[in-house]
Amino acid sequence: MSEMRTPLSRVRGLGSAKKGTEHFWLQRVTALANIPLAVFFVSAMVAHAGADYVTVTAFLSRPIVALVMLLLIFSMVWHMRLGLQVVIEDYIHGHMAKLLALILNTFFALAVGTSSVLAILKLTLA
Amino acid sequence: MVEIALPKNSRVQKGIVHKADKKLEKPRTLKIYRWDPEDPANPRMDTYEIDAADCGPMLLDALIKIKNEIDPTLTFRRSCREGICGSCAMNIDGQNTLACTKGLDETKGKITVRPLPHMPVIKDLVPDLTNLYAQYQSIEPWLKTDTPQPQSEWKQSREDREKLDGLYECILCACCSTSCPSYWWNSDKYLGPAVLLQAYRWLIDSRDEATGERLDDLEDPFRVYRCHTIMNCAKACPKGLSPAKAISEIKKMMVTREV
Repeated sequence: MSEMRTPLSRVRGLGSAKKGTEHFWLQRVTALANIPLAVFFVSAMVAHAGADYVTVTAFLSRPIVALVMLLLIFSMVWHMRLGLQVVIEDYIHGHMAKLLALILNTFFALAVGTSSVLAILKLTLA
Repeated sequence: MVEIALPKNSRVQKGIVHKADKKLEKPRTLKIYRWDPEDPANPRMDTYEIDAADCGPMLLDALIKIKNEIDPTLTFRRSCREGICGSCAMNIDGQNTLACTKGLDETKGKITVRPLPHMPVIKDLVPDLTNLYAQYQSIEPWLKTDTPQPQSEWKQSREDREKLDGLYECILCACCSTSCPSYWWNSDKYLGPAVLLQAYRWLIDSRDEATGERLDDLEDPFRVYRCHTIMNCAKACPKGLSPAKAISEIKKMMVTREV
Protein backbone atom coordinates (compact mmCIF):
# COMPACT_ATOMS: atom_id res chain seq x y z
CA MET A 1 0.00 0.00 0.00
CA SER A 2 1.56 3.24 -1.17
CA GLU A 3 -0.16 5.26 1.62
CA MET A 4 2.01 3.48 4.16
CA ARG A 5 5.18 5.00 2.69
CA THR A 6 6.49 8.00 4.59
CA PRO A 7 5.90 11.44 2.99
CA LEU A 8 9.68 11.85 2.53
CA SER A 9 9.95 8.51 0.74
CA ARG A 10 7.11 9.55 -1.58
CA VAL A 11 8.71 12.94 -2.28
CA ARG A 12 12.14 11.45 -2.97
CA GLY A 13 10.51 8.89 -5.25
CA LEU A 14 12.94 7.48 -7.82
CA GLY A 15 15.34 10.38 -7.26
CA SER A 16 16.38 13.17 -9.56
CA ALA A 17 16.41 12.43 -13.31
CA LYS A 18 19.71 14.42 -13.52
CA LYS A 19 18.47 16.15 -16.66
CA GLY A 20 16.14 18.94 -17.66
CA THR A 21 18.55 21.83 -18.18
CA GLU A 22 19.33 20.90 -21.78
CA HIS A 23 15.59 20.89 -22.58
CA PHE A 24 15.17 24.27 -20.86
CA TRP A 25 18.19 25.73 -22.66
CA LEU A 26 17.25 24.45 -26.13
CA GLN A 27 13.72 25.80 -25.76
CA ARG A 28 15.21 29.26 -25.17
CA VAL A 29 17.80 28.95 -27.97
CA THR A 30 15.16 27.88 -30.52
CA ALA A 31 12.87 30.68 -29.29
CA LEU A 32 15.68 33.16 -29.92
CA ALA A 33 16.34 31.74 -33.40
CA ASN A 34 12.59 31.86 -34.18
CA ILE A 35 12.47 35.66 -33.80
CA PRO A 36 14.51 36.70 -36.89
CA LEU A 37 13.38 33.64 -38.87
CA ALA A 38 9.69 34.36 -38.24
CA VAL A 39 10.17 38.07 -39.00
CA PHE A 40 11.74 37.09 -42.34
CA PHE A 41 8.99 34.59 -43.13
CA VAL A 42 6.08 36.86 -42.26
CA SER A 43 7.50 39.91 -44.06
CA ALA A 44 8.27 37.79 -47.14
CA MET A 45 4.72 36.46 -47.19
CA VAL A 46 3.24 39.94 -46.69
CA ALA A 47 5.44 41.28 -49.51
CA HIS A 48 4.10 38.53 -51.78
CA ALA A 49 0.47 38.96 -50.83
CA GLY A 50 -1.65 38.66 -53.94
CA ALA A 51 1.33 37.54 -56.09
CA ASP A 52 0.72 34.66 -58.50
CA TYR A 53 1.91 31.06 -58.04
CA VAL A 54 4.92 31.38 -60.37
CA THR A 55 6.29 34.45 -58.60
CA VAL A 56 6.00 32.89 -55.14
CA THR A 57 7.53 29.53 -56.12
CA ALA A 58 10.34 31.36 -57.93
CA PHE A 59 11.02 33.36 -54.76
CA LEU A 60 11.00 30.26 -52.53
CA SER A 61 13.30 28.33 -54.88
CA ARG A 62 16.12 30.87 -54.63
CA PRO A 63 18.91 29.09 -52.67
CA ILE A 64 19.29 31.77 -50.01
CA VAL A 65 15.53 31.91 -49.41
CA ALA A 66 15.30 28.10 -49.34
CA LEU A 67 18.16 28.01 -46.82
CA VAL A 68 16.41 30.43 -44.46
CA MET A 69 13.16 28.51 -44.91
CA LEU A 70 14.87 25.24 -43.95
CA LEU A 71 16.38 26.88 -40.85
CA LEU A 72 12.94 28.22 -39.97
CA ILE A 73 11.42 24.75 -40.27
CA PHE A 74 14.13 23.13 -38.10
CA SER A 75 13.92 25.78 -35.40
CA MET A 76 10.11 26.03 -35.34
CA VAL A 77 9.50 22.28 -35.34
CA TRP A 78 12.13 21.66 -32.67
CA HIS A 79 10.66 24.43 -30.52
CA MET A 80 7.14 23.08 -31.09
CA ARG A 81 8.15 19.59 -29.99
CA LEU A 82 9.86 20.86 -26.82
CA GLY A 83 6.92 23.13 -25.95
CA LEU A 84 4.23 20.53 -26.53
CA GLN A 85 6.24 18.06 -24.47
CA VAL A 86 6.03 20.44 -21.50
CA VAL A 87 2.26 20.86 -21.97
CA ILE A 88 1.80 17.07 -22.07
CA GLU A 89 3.96 16.55 -18.97
CA ASP A 90 2.05 19.29 -17.13
CA TYR A 91 -1.46 18.06 -17.80
CA ILE A 92 -1.46 14.35 -18.65
CA HIS A 93 -0.82 12.28 -15.55
CA GLY A 94 -1.65 8.66 -16.48
CA HIS A 95 1.69 6.94 -17.16
CA MET A 96 0.65 5.10 -20.33
CA ALA A 97 -1.38 8.06 -21.69
CA LYS A 98 1.59 10.34 -21.09
CA LEU A 99 4.07 7.99 -22.79
CA LEU A 100 1.75 7.62 -25.78
CA ALA A 101 1.20 11.38 -26.05
CA LEU A 102 4.96 12.04 -25.85
CA ILE A 103 5.66 9.49 -28.60
CA LEU A 104 2.88 10.90 -30.81
CA ASN A 105 4.27 14.39 -30.19
CA THR A 106 7.66 13.34 -31.56
CA PHE A 107 6.07 11.59 -34.55
CA PHE A 108 3.91 14.64 -35.26
CA ALA A 109 6.88 17.01 -35.14
CA LEU A 110 8.88 14.73 -37.44
CA ALA A 111 5.97 14.47 -39.89
CA VAL A 112 5.48 18.26 -40.01
CA GLY A 113 9.23 18.86 -40.29
CA THR A 114 10.06 16.33 -43.00
CA SER A 115 7.05 17.21 -45.18
CA SER A 116 7.90 20.92 -44.97
CA VAL A 117 11.55 20.22 -45.80
CA LEU A 118 10.49 18.03 -48.71
CA ALA A 119 8.28 20.84 -50.08
CA ILE A 120 11.12 23.38 -49.94
CA LEU A 121 13.64 20.95 -51.47
CA LYS A 122 11.20 20.13 -54.28
CA LEU A 123 10.90 23.83 -55.11
CA THR A 124 14.57 24.71 -54.87
CA LEU A 125 16.02 21.58 -56.53
CA ALA A 126 13.39 21.33 -59.27
CA MET B 1 -5.51 14.16 -16.17
CA VAL B 2 -6.28 17.54 -14.72
CA GLU B 3 -9.75 17.60 -13.20
CA ILE B 4 -11.72 20.74 -13.96
CA ALA B 5 -14.69 20.14 -11.63
CA LEU B 6 -14.52 19.20 -7.97
CA PRO B 7 -15.60 15.67 -7.02
CA LYS B 8 -19.29 15.51 -5.98
CA ASN B 9 -18.59 15.24 -2.26
CA SER B 10 -16.29 18.29 -2.36
CA ARG B 11 -18.72 20.72 -4.03
CA VAL B 12 -19.27 23.70 -1.78
CA GLN B 13 -22.87 24.25 -0.59
CA LYS B 14 -24.65 27.29 0.80
CA GLY B 15 -24.11 27.31 4.56
CA ILE B 16 -25.58 28.63 7.77
CA VAL B 17 -26.14 32.40 8.14
CA HIS B 18 -25.27 33.70 11.62
CA LYS B 19 -27.13 37.02 11.72
CA ALA B 20 -26.18 39.62 14.32
CA ASP B 21 -28.82 39.87 17.04
CA LYS B 22 -28.34 43.60 17.63
CA LYS B 23 -27.61 46.76 15.65
CA LEU B 24 -23.94 46.87 14.66
CA GLU B 25 -21.93 50.10 14.60
CA LYS B 26 -19.58 48.99 11.80
CA PRO B 27 -21.11 45.81 10.35
CA ARG B 28 -18.87 43.46 8.37
CA THR B 29 -19.89 40.17 6.80
CA LEU B 30 -17.53 37.20 6.46
CA LYS B 31 -18.23 34.12 4.34
CA ILE B 32 -16.09 31.29 5.63
CA TYR B 33 -15.42 27.82 4.22
CA ARG B 34 -16.51 25.09 6.62
CA TRP B 35 -15.84 21.37 6.44
CA ASP B 36 -15.77 18.83 9.22
CA PRO B 37 -14.16 15.41 8.57
CA GLU B 38 -16.53 13.83 11.10
CA ASP B 39 -19.61 15.12 9.28
CA PRO B 40 -20.52 13.35 6.02
CA ALA B 41 -21.97 16.61 4.61
CA ASN B 42 -20.31 18.55 1.79
CA PRO B 43 -18.25 21.65 2.57
CA ARG B 44 -20.29 24.84 2.90
CA MET B 45 -19.83 28.61 3.11
CA ASP B 46 -21.12 29.96 6.43
CA THR B 47 -21.91 33.64 6.83
CA TYR B 48 -21.07 35.64 9.97
CA GLU B 49 -21.92 39.24 10.80
CA ILE B 50 -19.55 41.01 13.16
CA ASP B 51 -19.09 44.54 14.45
CA ALA B 52 -15.73 45.86 13.21
CA ALA B 53 -16.00 48.70 15.77
CA ASP B 54 -15.76 46.08 18.53
CA CYS B 55 -12.96 44.00 16.92
CA GLY B 56 -9.19 44.18 16.41
CA PRO B 57 -8.00 45.60 13.08
CA MET B 58 -6.92 42.41 11.31
CA LEU B 59 -8.81 39.60 9.64
CA LEU B 60 -7.36 37.20 12.21
CA ASP B 61 -8.95 39.34 14.94
CA ALA B 62 -12.30 38.89 13.21
CA LEU B 63 -11.83 35.10 13.04
CA ILE B 64 -10.90 34.96 16.72
CA LYS B 65 -13.93 37.13 17.55
CA ILE B 66 -16.19 34.74 15.63
CA LYS B 67 -14.68 31.73 17.39
CA ASN B 68 -14.98 33.36 20.83
CA GLU B 69 -18.39 34.95 20.50
CA ILE B 70 -20.41 33.34 17.70
CA ASP B 71 -19.23 29.87 16.72
CA PRO B 72 -16.60 27.97 18.77
CA THR B 73 -16.50 25.18 16.16
CA LEU B 74 -14.73 27.40 13.59
CA THR B 75 -11.26 25.91 13.12
CA PHE B 76 -8.13 27.70 11.94
CA ARG B 77 -4.41 27.82 12.72
CA ARG B 78 -2.83 30.86 14.31
CA SER B 79 0.05 31.57 16.62
CA CYS B 80 2.17 34.72 16.52
CA ARG B 81 -0.44 37.15 15.13
CA GLU B 82 2.37 39.31 13.70
CA GLY B 83 3.34 37.72 10.38
CA ILE B 84 6.34 35.67 11.48
CA CYS B 85 5.04 32.16 12.17
CA GLY B 86 3.10 31.59 8.93
CA SER B 87 0.35 29.59 10.64
CA CYS B 88 -2.67 31.65 9.59
CA ALA B 89 -2.02 31.52 5.82
CA MET B 90 -5.37 31.30 4.03
CA ASN B 91 -7.18 32.50 0.95
CA ILE B 92 -8.84 35.86 1.63
CA ASP B 93 -10.99 37.33 -1.16
CA GLY B 94 -9.21 35.09 -3.65
CA GLN B 95 -5.68 35.99 -2.58
CA ASN B 96 -3.43 33.79 -0.45
CA THR B 97 -2.10 35.77 2.47
CA LEU B 98 -1.71 35.83 6.25
CA ALA B 99 -4.92 36.59 8.15
CA CYS B 100 -2.88 38.36 10.84
CA THR B 101 -1.37 40.94 8.50
CA LYS B 102 -4.46 41.51 6.35
CA GLY B 103 -6.31 44.56 7.64
CA LEU B 104 -10.10 44.47 7.67
CA ASP B 105 -10.01 47.97 6.19
CA GLU B 106 -8.04 46.62 3.20
CA THR B 107 -11.13 44.64 2.19
CA LYS B 108 -14.45 45.84 0.82
CA GLY B 109 -17.93 44.38 1.20
CA LYS B 110 -18.33 40.71 2.03
CA ILE B 111 -15.04 39.04 2.91
CA THR B 112 -14.64 35.50 1.58
CA VAL B 113 -12.26 33.25 3.49
CA ARG B 114 -11.18 29.82 2.27
CA PRO B 115 -8.32 27.47 3.12
CA LEU B 116 -5.15 27.58 0.97
CA PRO B 117 -6.17 26.32 -2.49
CA HIS B 118 -5.67 22.81 -3.87
CA MET B 119 -4.44 21.22 -0.63
CA PRO B 120 -6.31 18.47 1.19
CA VAL B 121 -8.40 20.07 3.95
CA ILE B 122 -8.07 18.73 7.50
CA LYS B 123 -10.89 20.89 8.87
CA ASP B 124 -12.38 24.30 7.94
CA LEU B 125 -9.42 26.62 7.22
CA VAL B 126 -6.71 24.09 8.12
CA PRO B 127 -4.94 22.57 5.09
CA ASP B 128 -2.80 19.43 5.13
CA LEU B 129 0.75 20.56 4.30
CA THR B 130 2.45 17.18 4.91
CA ASN B 131 3.69 16.96 1.32
CA LEU B 132 5.15 20.47 1.39
CA TYR B 133 7.00 19.78 4.65
CA ALA B 134 8.39 16.51 3.24
CA GLN B 135 9.53 18.41 0.14
CA TYR B 136 11.24 20.95 2.40
CA GLN B 137 12.99 18.12 4.24
CA SER B 138 14.05 16.61 0.89
CA ILE B 139 16.17 19.65 -0.03
CA GLU B 140 18.16 19.17 3.22
CA PRO B 141 17.81 22.74 4.48
CA TRP B 142 20.89 22.88 6.67
CA LEU B 143 24.55 23.86 6.27
CA LYS B 144 26.54 21.02 4.71
CA THR B 145 30.35 21.07 4.97
CA ASP B 146 33.28 18.68 4.59
CA THR B 147 35.91 21.05 5.98
CA PRO B 148 36.40 20.33 9.71
CA GLN B 149 34.37 22.61 11.97
CA PRO B 150 36.33 25.83 12.67
CA GLN B 151 37.21 26.89 16.23
CA SER B 152 34.83 29.85 15.94
CA GLU B 153 31.89 30.38 13.59
CA TRP B 154 31.84 29.73 9.81
CA LYS B 155 32.86 33.09 8.38
CA GLN B 156 30.98 34.93 5.66
CA SER B 157 31.78 38.25 3.99
CA ARG B 158 29.28 41.09 4.13
CA GLU B 159 28.66 40.78 0.39
CA ASP B 160 27.97 37.04 0.68
CA ARG B 161 25.66 37.61 3.63
CA GLU B 162 23.71 40.15 1.57
CA LYS B 163 22.95 37.42 -0.99
CA LEU B 164 20.67 35.82 1.61
CA ASP B 165 18.52 38.94 1.86
CA GLY B 166 15.14 38.34 0.26
CA LEU B 167 15.51 34.62 1.06
CA TYR B 168 16.05 34.25 4.81
CA GLU B 169 12.82 36.17 5.50
CA CYS B 170 10.69 33.29 4.16
CA ILE B 171 8.45 31.91 6.91
CA LEU B 172 7.25 28.84 4.93
CA CYS B 173 3.59 29.87 5.17
CA ALA B 174 2.91 28.15 1.80
CA CYS B 175 0.96 31.11 0.35
CA CYS B 176 3.21 30.99 -2.75
CA SER B 177 3.23 27.25 -3.41
CA THR B 178 -0.54 26.94 -3.05
CA SER B 179 -1.09 29.88 -5.44
CA CYS B 180 0.99 28.21 -8.17
CA PRO B 181 -1.01 26.40 -10.90
CA SER B 182 2.02 24.30 -11.73
CA TYR B 183 2.16 23.18 -8.10
CA TRP B 184 -1.58 22.43 -8.19
CA TRP B 185 -1.14 20.09 -11.18
CA ASN B 186 2.18 18.48 -10.24
CA SER B 187 2.83 18.85 -6.52
CA ASP B 188 3.76 15.16 -6.32
CA LYS B 189 6.98 15.88 -8.23
CA TYR B 190 7.36 19.66 -8.59
CA LEU B 191 8.89 21.16 -5.44
CA GLY B 192 7.00 24.44 -5.76
CA PRO B 193 8.06 28.04 -5.10
CA ALA B 194 8.39 27.93 -1.29
CA VAL B 195 10.70 24.92 -1.24
CA LEU B 196 12.70 26.13 -4.26
CA LEU B 197 13.25 29.54 -2.65
CA GLN B 198 14.58 27.66 0.39
CA ALA B 199 16.72 25.46 -1.87
CA TYR B 200 18.23 28.58 -3.42
CA ARG B 201 18.85 30.01 0.04
CA TRP B 202 21.27 27.09 0.63
CA LEU B 203 22.66 27.07 -2.93
CA ILE B 204 23.76 30.70 -2.63
CA ASP B 205 25.11 30.43 0.93
CA SER B 206 28.88 30.99 0.65
CA ARG B 207 29.52 28.76 3.69
CA ASP B 208 27.85 25.70 2.18
CA GLU B 209 30.10 23.10 0.51
CA ALA B 210 27.42 20.96 -1.14
CA THR B 211 26.30 23.33 -3.92
CA GLY B 212 27.00 20.81 -6.69
CA GLU B 213 25.17 17.96 -4.96
CA ARG B 214 22.25 20.26 -4.23
CA LEU B 215 22.07 21.19 -7.93
CA ASP B 216 22.35 17.48 -8.89
CA ASP B 217 19.32 16.72 -6.74
CA LEU B 218 17.28 19.53 -8.29
CA GLU B 219 18.32 18.79 -11.90
CA ASP B 220 15.08 17.17 -12.96
CA PRO B 221 12.33 17.94 -15.50
CA PHE B 222 9.78 18.08 -12.67
CA ARG B 223 11.51 19.18 -9.47
CA VAL B 224 12.55 22.60 -10.85
CA TYR B 225 11.50 22.85 -14.47
CA ARG B 226 7.72 22.80 -13.90
CA CYS B 227 8.17 26.48 -13.03
CA HIS B 228 6.80 28.35 -16.05
CA THR B 229 7.33 31.81 -14.53
CA ILE B 230 3.61 32.31 -13.88
CA MET B 231 4.58 34.72 -11.05
CA ASN B 232 1.59 34.02 -8.79
CA CYS B 233 4.15 33.18 -6.09
CA ALA B 234 5.67 36.65 -6.08
CA LYS B 235 2.20 38.23 -6.07
CA ALA B 236 1.00 36.06 -3.17
CA CYS B 237 4.03 36.30 -0.85
CA PRO B 238 2.90 38.21 2.27
CA LYS B 239 6.54 38.98 3.06
CA GLY B 240 7.12 40.63 -0.33
CA LEU B 241 9.68 38.07 -1.48
CA SER B 242 10.05 36.71 -5.02
CA PRO B 243 10.26 32.92 -5.20
CA ALA B 244 10.05 33.29 -9.01
CA LYS B 245 13.34 35.18 -9.00
CA ALA B 246 14.98 32.56 -6.77
CA ILE B 247 13.85 29.81 -9.16
CA SER B 248 15.20 31.68 -12.18
CA GLU B 249 18.52 32.02 -10.31
CA ILE B 250 18.54 28.23 -9.79
CA LYS B 251 17.94 27.74 -13.52
CA LYS B 252 20.79 30.18 -14.23
CA MET B 253 23.12 28.13 -11.97
CA MET B 254 22.08 24.96 -13.82
CA VAL B 255 22.79 26.52 -17.22
CA THR B 256 26.07 28.06 -15.99
CA ARG B 257 27.52 24.71 -14.99
CA GLU B 258 26.43 23.06 -18.22
CA VAL B 259 26.79 25.59 -21.03
